Amino acid sequence: MKQADFLNTVLPFKDKLYRLAKRLLVSNEEAEDATQEVLMKLWSKKSKMEAFKNVEAFAMTMTKNYCLDKLKSKQASNLKLVHSNYKDENTSLQKEVELRDSVSFVHQIMEQLPEQQKIIIQLRDVEQYDFEEIAKVVNMNPTAIRVALSRARKYIRQELIKKHNYGVN
Amino acid sequence: MELINIEELLEKYFEATTTVQEEQELKMYFSQDNVAPHLQEYTPMFQYFTDLKAEKSTRNVPLQPRKNYLKWISVAAVFVLTTGLFVNEWNKQRQVEEAFNDFKTAMSLVSENFNTGASHINYLSQFEETTNKIFITRNN
Repeated sequence: MKQADFLNTVLPFKDKLYRLAKRLLVSNEEAEDATQEVLMKLWSKKSKMEAFKNVEAFAMTMTKNYCLDKLKSKQASNLKLVHSNYKDENTSLQKEVELRDSVSFVHQIMEQLPEQQKIIIQLRDVEQYDFEEIAKVVNMNPTAIRVALSRARKYIRQELIKKHNYGVN
Repeated sequence: MELINIEELLEKYFEATTTVQEEQELKMYFSQDNVAPHLQEYTPMFQYFTDLKAEKSTRNVPLQPRKNYLKWISVAAVFVLTTGLFVNEWNKQRQVEEAFNDFKTAMSLVSENFNTGASHINYLSQFEETTNKIFITRNN
């Protein structure tokens, strides 16, 4: 496999690897590192790569494992990311500020989720994987994934409502 | 999209029984401006997921052609090995030549000394001549 072929197979899902890494590691830099590491590993295994049916799922699994290892090895000392580059909507300034505020609030809620649920939410709600694809990455059966996903979504809703009511009262 | 339909979808969404397509519809609904007031609180959630999808990795991955290195290393190794053998062989040949030269000088030294030794033997022949002379006179 030539470098160009490799890049052609890898580039379409490179951003997905990055986003998954970022969800777990939080820091931009560390997520970039993780993506790079995973792609380099893939590159060194490129002769075997043709044998894999689903390179993307394989790469996602590698990313997940890499990030979980990283988290385990240094539980505390990861840089927290503060990012504020949310997209502009055609709402009034007041509304926009409010929305931006609550969007970053969702970010905070997401942070509180356990790793497994973070991964599932990321794969489903951001990358729109179906359950079979998620199953390949997280190594769980679809029913368990559904339960975890539902739990994570409900947790986000519950926290959002809490905050919403807090604002009202 | 009808409001009742959206509410139904939301209910299903939180049970995680929606399909990817239906979730897409929900996202669409919440990304537009006139969201029903009692559903407003879900907007940031879907907004957040849409935002996340826009994140992109900016770093290029430096892919070294590791395999090529290996090839070149083997080529270099073969080169070193052959030159080593060659130098060794050449050295041996030079040693043989040196030994031959040493032997040659040693032999010429020997032959020189031998010749000087041999020149002294000439006196002996003189001695024999004179004794012969004596014997010859006695016999006569």
